[in-house]
Amino acid sequence: MTTSQTVPALGDDPFGSEILTDPYEFHARLREAAPVVHLPRYDLLAMGRYAEVRATLSDWETFVSSRGVGLSDFGREKPWRPPSLLLEADPPDHTVVRTAMNGVISPRNVRKLRAEFAAAADELADTLVARGRFDAVTDLAEIFPVRVFGDAVGLPAQGRENLLPYGALAFNAFGPRNQLLTDALAKAAPVQEWILAHCQRDELTPDGLGAEVWAAADRGEITHEQAPLLVRSLLTAGLDTTVYGLGNTLYALARHPEQWAALHADPKLAKFAFDEALRWEAPIQTFFRTAAADAVVAGIPIPKDTKVVLFLGSANRDSRHWGDDAETFDVRRSAGGHVAFGMGIHQCVGQPIARLEAEVVLGAFASRAARLELDGEPVPKLNNTLKGWASIPVRVTAA
Amino acid sequence: MKSTHEESEIDLLVADRRVAADGVVALTLRHPAGEELPAWEPGAHVDLILTEDLTRQYSLCGDPADRSSWQIAVLQESDGRGGSAYVHDKLNPGTTVRVRGPRNHFPLEPADRYLFIAGGIGITPLLPMLEAATAAGAEWQLVYGGRTAASMAFVADLRAAHGDDRVVLRPQDEHGLLDLEALLGAPAGDTLVYCCGPGPLLDAVEERCSSWPSGALHTERFTPKEQGEPVLSGAFEVELAQSGLTLTVPPDRSILEVVEDAGVQVLSSCQEGTCGTCETAVLGGQVDHRDSLLTDEEKAANDTMFVCVSRAACPKLVLDL
Repeated sequence: MTTSQTVPALGDDPFGSEILTDPYEFHARLREAAPVVHLPRYDLLAMGRYAEVRATLSDWETFVSSRGVGLSDFGREKPWRPPSLLLEADPPDHTVVRTAMNGVISPRNVRKLRAEFAAAADELADTLVARGRFDAVTDLAEIFPVRVFGDAVGLPAQGRENLLPYGALAFNAFGPRNQLLTDALAKAAPVQEWILAHCQRDELTPDGLGAEVWAAADRGEITHEQAPLLVRSLLTAGLDTTVYGLGNTLYALARHPEQWAALHADPKLAKFAFDEALRWEAPIQTFFRTAAADAVVAGIPIPKDTKVVLFLGSANRDSRHWGDDAETFDVRRSAGGHVAFGMGIHQCVGQPIARLEAEVVLGAFASRAARLELDGEPVPKLNNTLKGWASIPVRVTAA
Repeated sequence: MKSTHEESEIDLLVADRRVAADGVVALTLRHPAGEELPAWEPGAHVDLILTEDLTRQYSLCGDPADRSSWQIAVLQESDGRGGSAYVHDKLNPGTTVRVRGPRNHFPLEPADRYLFIAGGIGITPLLPMLEAATAAGAEWQLVYGGRTAASMAFVADLRAAHGDDRVVLRPQDEHGLLDLEALLGAPAGDTLVYCCGPGPLLDAVEERCSSWPSGALHTERFTPKEQGEPVLSGAFEVELAQSGLTLTVPPDRSILEVVEDAGVQVLSSCQEGTCGTCETAVLGGQVDHRDSLLTDEEKAANDTMFVCVSRAACPKLVLDL
């Protein structure tokens, strides 16, 4: 690649366990080095500053998604699965499908979910706060979305244990073929089979979001061949991200007792706490784009066909945008504009559902627990794309 | 960003102005000192910076080889308060206008065969493409629709230059809507489709082309959805029922910005009316909806709004904040 001479290089492996465990020191060096940095290990260009990451996400014409949003270039390599019609597509194909999906996840449809989500949140909070000590990941973050989102999509209760391993596989597959991906692929076959089967109309309840996708196909908004792939998008993108997001929020709050105190005093802050936690510790740390034409970013030429990796978690802590306290977790901050959900035409279509889940479940715990504290060392969970925790032991004090 | 080259910003002289069709004026712009203008390719557009808060994009529709002048054509929009009214009322020969660009989001890619589809003033970016396709020896056809024959700009020039075989004119009052099924029903592997026109035409063409090979269709559309001028050109008030504050929103700021500056937290994300995060319940007043989310029915209900882009259609809104 010709640009490697003109941009600074960083020799780190951003998909090595060290940086996947704690990426922030690397992010700071990445932002400091230049707006665009060469990563010779993968012969990639990388961006870690807010302005360039946001602009690149928004410029779908130059930086396309149809060649894959991971390290692999679909122009050169066969994808490991049929590409996503949403995530791994460009207009005009993407526009048709996204429009149909916006209809499925419309503000009106999401509003209908609130009562059921809130009832499940209250029930879970009653149980866990009464218990006093629990694991914020395995007892809460991994339980709540699988239950309420699984119900919203219309999945049977049986077999939902396949959802998180499938998500872990999909998100590992955006990275290099390292041990994480090899391990995930080794366990993949039965999981993939279950997911594929449950994208079919017969397996879904008639009143859920999955059935809505099939109804959109009946109306001709999408084809019947596209419908199962879109249900697959719901199942892939809708679970792990929310699980990690909730876990990261509880971690942030447990590490910052004064922030939990503010939330307990005013549980309406729950939605802001979640948003700030997404900014502070983005569940999806990286996404890739491919330059469809020669481009220039911040004066640096990016040749056609170059893969570019965008560090979302780094952009969300760039002091150029967020100010000197960018590293500080503060639920009263205005975190609006963070790129944890992406930006532009590919911005997370399920965003309102994730926000609703987080708002009701955090609100339910905040109103019941005066204190939330760590009750042991949290254990990180490594993934090539996702940043989060396998375990966060906590204890709560009932109000 | 979109900076494939350095953008210039220059004051240009309106050297000529002629009526190109009912409600359409064509302007010729030149450098006041006769200097050469920046190079451009078919499909490019420029920003006309009309006033401090009125910037509009227009496609260049002249000859790219002519570095001494640029041509644009502007349709007078019916509501009569926006950029087109300014161009029609104020940009007479001898006046100057600040121009930024050019920029190209709609480049013509090489192909053996093209189908060009124009709706109304959407003909403008296609004009230089026709010349380029001819020069490259490609086969092409233009299907050009408009409300009436008299409303369609450059018709005589097109027929004279390219003949009736290649230029198919379809005024709506004589032929009805364009027969897209006949044009696009069967995907043609070697053909690139270039379409520019009103939103509903683009939507319909995109839908028909969903069975075409990926990359066959090229459209000129600005995202997010282009919005017209706000209902109110001046300031308005918002009363925040929960916080007990009444704030003034000036024309150049969003409700979201003003409310956040007053210390009231509001959740937001895309800040361009597409993601839905800043949805806020409306307790009183009429909303000027400017988002890309609500259906017409939901807009009419007037009980919710997206405060990052939507504004007031009355002197005072009451919000549940």
